[in-house]
Parts: sequence; structure tokens; C-alpha cells
Amino acid sequence: MNRNIFISFGFHILLVLITAMSLPFLAKKPIDLPPIVSVELIQITDKTNIPFAPKAKKIIEKVKEKEKKLVSEQAPPKAVKKDKQDAIPLPDEKLEKVKEIKEDKQNPEKVETEIKQVSEFEKKDLFDPNNIAALIDKSKVESAETNKKSNEISQDQDKNIEFGGLTLSEEDALKAQIFGCWSIPLGLPYNENLLVRIKLQLKPDGSIIDSEILDHARMNKPGQGFYKVLAESALRAVKLCQPLRVPSTGYERWKELQLNFDAREMLEG
Amino acid sequence: MLYRYLLILLIIFPIKAMALIEVDITRGNLSPLPVAVSPLSIDDNSKENFKKILKKENLGAEISLIVENNLKQTGLFNPLDKNAFLQKPDVANLKPRFEDWNLIKAQALITGKVTFVEDKLRVEFRLWDILAGKEMMALAFTTVPSNWRRVGHIITDKVYERLTGEKGYFDTRIIYVAEEGSKTNRIKKLAIMDQDGFNNKFLTLGNELVLTPRFSPTNQMVTYLSYFRNLPRVYLLDIETGMQEVVGDFPGMTFAPRFSPDGKKIIMSFAQDGNSDIYTMDLENRIVERITNHPSIDTSPSYSPDGKYITFNSDRSGYQQIYIMESNGKNVKRISFGNGLYGTPVWSPRGDLIAFTKLHKGKFYIGVMRTDGSGERLLTENFYQEAPSWSPNGRVLIFYRETKTNAKGEGFSAKLWSIDLTGYNERLIETETDASDPSWSSLLTN
Repeated sequence: MNRNIFISFGFHILLVLITAMSLPFLAKKPIDLPPIVSVELIQITDKTNIPFAPKAKKIIEKVKEKEKKLVSEQAPPKAVKKDKQDAIPLPDEKLEKVKEIKEDKQNPEKVETEIKQVSEFEKKDLFDPNNIAALIDKSKVESAETNKKSNEISQDQDKNIEFGGLTLSEEDALKAQIFGCWSIPLGLPYNENLLVRIKLQLKPDGSIIDSEILDHARMNKPGQGFYKVLAESALRAVKLCQPLRVPSTGYERWKELQLNFDAREMLEG
Repeated sequence: MLYRYLLILLIIFPIKAMALIEVDITRGNLSPLPVAVSPLSIDDNSKENFKKILKKENLGAEISLIVENNLKQTGLFNPLDKNAFLQKPDVANLKPRFEDWNLIKAQALITGKVTFVEDKLRVEFRLWDILAGKEMMALAFTTVPSNWRRVGHIITDKVYERLTGEKGYFDTRIIYVAEEGSKTNRIKKLAIMDQDGFNNKFLTLGNELVLTPRFSPTNQMVTYLSYFRNLPRVYLLDIETGMQEVVGDFPGMTFAPRFSPDGKKIIMSFAQDGNSDIYTMDLENRIVERITNHPSIDTSPSYSPDGKYITFNSDRSGYQQIYIMESNGKNVKRISFGNGLYGTPVWSPRGDLIAFTKLHKGKFYIGVMRTDGSGERLLTENFYQEAPSWSPNGRVLIFYRETKTNAKGEGFSAKLWSIDLTGYNERLIETETDASDPSWSSLLTN
């Protein structure tokens, strides 16, 4: 009897110990997962490629201009060197020499330094007229190649430009500008179809050559007072905003633009 | 065969489509439109004459000030500071230098001229679109010199209509109950004033209690309720002639008589055998017709502008809510379902909205909802406010607001306030005395 009691007591003690000590260790810690962040992937290369291409074109044009400058800047030292060489023998030509020095003084100092730099840079070649000619020819070839490349880029762009609209960023910039200029007439009814379409002809700098309300006949119809007010407010906005924030390139693409003014969303509140 | 060649040609030479780029502009700014109100030019002779008659130094400047204040009150326009104007009024009226006005950011310009012609006041004014560089409107009219304030309101109405597309509400008057004395011993008189608070006149002496004056939507007739020997009487008052007549004595509690849109009927509620229902009375033959017949309390009826429907409040659902029905009392439909109690529904003159007072959690709200009950918007909240009345163009609401009294029973006041549909342009309307129960007239000139 006593034995059974002891066994029971022993097992109970064991159970209490297991519960008190073992179970917390057995329990699995919850995995601390970072919160899930949903990411939506959007294909934007078609849109964003367009604005970068004109930049590349600009860079190429800059390089091309630099090279042209090099050629043109290389030319004067030839004459200077020649003069210096020819100036030694004849004393009668001293007067002419003085004149030339005076002319040099009138020129900006920058030109002088450039001349010096060029003469130091290409000492060997400058004395050889054949080599200079070859250099000029080479630069011509290079510039022609650059031109060709830049032309190729612009042709590619044209393909995109002709068939594409404004990029998202270009459209947003234009919208944001006009939003700021358009004072919506608050008295207009929100439940009527009041969409004003304005066609604009633009200059390359974004200023307006001509603006035309596409449904202008509606303006003078009886009972269309609201439409007339809205159309006038839209025209005011366009005029107030000009020059419009249009893209710096692709003029052919946006030289004609249609703006659709719709105030219903705003009026409904 | 020909089609086949055409098809081949189409395949070989693809047609390049040059689609016009379209940009949707769906947002704008809600800031007030900058307007320059140039003082109306006046010659020396006219100035002298008006000075003698009206005791006004420069009537042209005074009228332009009325226009300026009216435009400012709307919250839709921002009249520019006159000190910034570069062009003189007389020159600007002939041909404004748009560059100068553009420089101070004005988008519209009002110019004009005042002359004294055969003992009358002749006014011409022009509205210019600065950005387009063109005249938008030019009008002239002649009136008696004492009407000079109305001239300012009429100019504002025309400018407002031209720039917003909706009718103005400036050449209008407001009838209200002028209140004096302590809260427990109030003297209530009928009073009328211009919508800007000027030209205040008392129409009754205050011997009898007057309540709920309402303008006719078609003319300058007013109906109101007055207690004579403790019996409610409905009166008709012609503002133009001052003639007053009793429409009838009605039993028990009578509430809020209001005109039908054609001005030929009065609709009101009164209690018979302890039950309030809605009735109409034909003003020609004085025949009374019962519209609702329900054991609940039906009050505050108001017609739709076409006269086909009536909105009213009723507690037939257990709580006071807003209902609409056909003008013959059929097809009653509850339209308010929000929390709280709804009362004093008033149909907008434009027909699209119903204004109401709402009591919820101890606070009073003035709000609007569409006629089907959707789109409820609470415009203003306060301790106690009620009785909204629409401006004739349905853009602004006028109502009255009471302040709390302190422990000693002091500090009580009742004032008129206006708020537009945006809910942002809330303004106190100055009155000589305390005021309640306002009603807005229709335009005095159409």
C-alpha cells in the first residue's frame, strides 16, 4: 500500500517537474517573420527610354562640338608660328610686327593661353604641315562617324516618338503646371457633361501660337452658359500657364496638343 | 482584283498614324479668382450733383466698393488692392492696358462710369478678360439716385453670372425676425434688409409675436405666422405696397407656412385633434386641402421648384426624419437614414439638393443631401442653429445660430449666418438686433 503511495507520489512529483521545467524549453519560439511588402513590377523601359535618348544625342553633339573646337583652335597657332619664323630676317617688316602685337593685346588673354597650350601640346606635329592636314582629315572622319551615330540614334527615337504620346513624367509635369493655373468656376453644376476640349498649337519653347475650343459652337447656344464659363476659364488657364512645360525634344510629337478640361471630379467634392 | 492590289499596297506601305496627344485636366485650384474692381469714373459735374442729393463724396468709388464687398463675400473672387492699380479709372474704362493689369495678377477687370443725367443716375460698366485681352460684357442702365446701392448689387449680379455661369444673388433682400429683450421676455418684430445687411427696416411694431416669415419665390410677397390673442394667424404681406391681409385662423399648433413655387398656394402644417398633418391653401379661393393623413407628427413642408414633390419631416418611423412625397400626398418615401434627428427640410431652388437641420449627440448641424437622400454633407456644426433658407441661385444658405447662456442666464444671442455649399465660406450677417428665422427673397431684377 505504502509502496503504491510512494510510486504515485514519485510520478506526480515527476509530472510537476516536467511541467515546471521542461515545457517552457519544449515550446517552440514563434518565428519572427518580417512583414510582407508587396512589390508591383511595372515595365517602364518603353516610356523612360525616350527621354534619355535625346540626352545622349546632346552629349554626342557636345563631343562633336568639342572636337570641332579643337580643330578650329589648332588653326591659329600655325599662323603665329609662321609669323615668328618669318619675322626674323627683314627689318622693314618691324612696323607690321608691332601692329600684330597690338592686335594680340586687344584679343582676350584667354585666347593667348589657349594658343600657348596648343603649341606646347602639339609641338612636334604643328611644325609639319602634312601632319596637320592629316589631323584635320582624321578629325573630319571622326566627326562624320559621330554624326552618323547621332543620326542613327535620332532615327530610332523618331520611330518611338512618332507613334508614342508623352511619357508619364512629361504628362505629369504638364498637368501639374495647368492644375496650378486653372481656377475652376465653383458655381458650375457637377451633374452635367461639361468637358471642354482645347486644341493648342505650340512653339518649341511651349508658348502658344493658337488655341481653339473644339466644341466652340456649343459656347453660343442658348442654355449653355455653364459650358461657356468653363471654356473661358480653361482658356485663361492655358494663357496664364504659357510657356507650357513641354519636353525639350520631340517637337514634332507635341507641336499640336489637345487638353481635355473636366471639372466634374472637383465639383462633386 | 483591285482589292487584292490595294491590300498588297497597304502591306508594303504602312500608313503612319499621327495621333494628336491628349492630356486630361481633371483638377484645378479652388483659390478665388483675382479680380480688379476699378472705381467707377465720375465727372466733376456729376460728382457735385450726387454730393448734394446723396451726401456722398465720390459715388463711383462707393458703388465699386459695394461690388468689391459682394464679390469678396462669395469666397469665389479675390478683389485686388486698389492701391496696386496702375491705370486711372476713366482711362481704364475706355481701353485698359492689359499688361498693367496682368502685372498685378488680375484675371478679370471691372470698370465703369457714373453720370448725372436729367436728375437720374446713369451707370455703365464693363467686364474685361485680362488674359484674353478682350471685353466680356458691357451694360448700361439708368435709375433714381436713391437706388445707388442696388446699382452696385446689380453690377455684381451681372459680373457673377458672366464669370460663374449661374445667376447671382446680390440684388436680393432678407426678411427675418428681429429679437430684443431677455430670453424669457423676447420682443419679436418682422424686419427686412438687403442681403448685405444694409437698409434695415422693421415691418411690425413688436406687439404681437411673429414667426417664420417666408418670401414668395415669384414676387415680393411674404407669408408669416403671428399670434393674435394667443391664436395663430397666417398673414400675407406685400413688401412693395405694405398691404397686409389675414389668410386665416387655424386651430391648435400651426407651423411654418411656405409658398408653392408658383406663389398661388401656401403649404403648412397644423394640428387637428392633436395630430399634426400637412395642408395646402389656395390663395385665390382659400380652399384648404389635406395632404398627409397619418397619426404621426408631419411638419415643415417645402415644395420642389417644379411643384411636383414635397419634402417634409415626420416621426412616423419612430424618430424625426426627412421624407418626400408627390404633391398630392402619394408615394411617401423616407430619404434620411443617418444617425440623429432631421428637421426643417428645404428644397433648393436649383432642385438638386435638400437642406436640413440635424440634431446628433447634442449638437446641431446644417447640411445638404441629394433629393434621393444620398450624398449627405454636413456644412456647419454648432451648439444651436436651424432654419436654413436658400439664396435664389441655390448656392448659399442663410440660417440662425443661438449662443449658450451662462449660469446667470446672460450671454444669450441669436445671429444670422450664411454658408455656401463648399462649407468653407461661413459668414456672420450683421444685424441691428438679434435675429432669427431668415428667408431669402428672389432677385429683385431679372
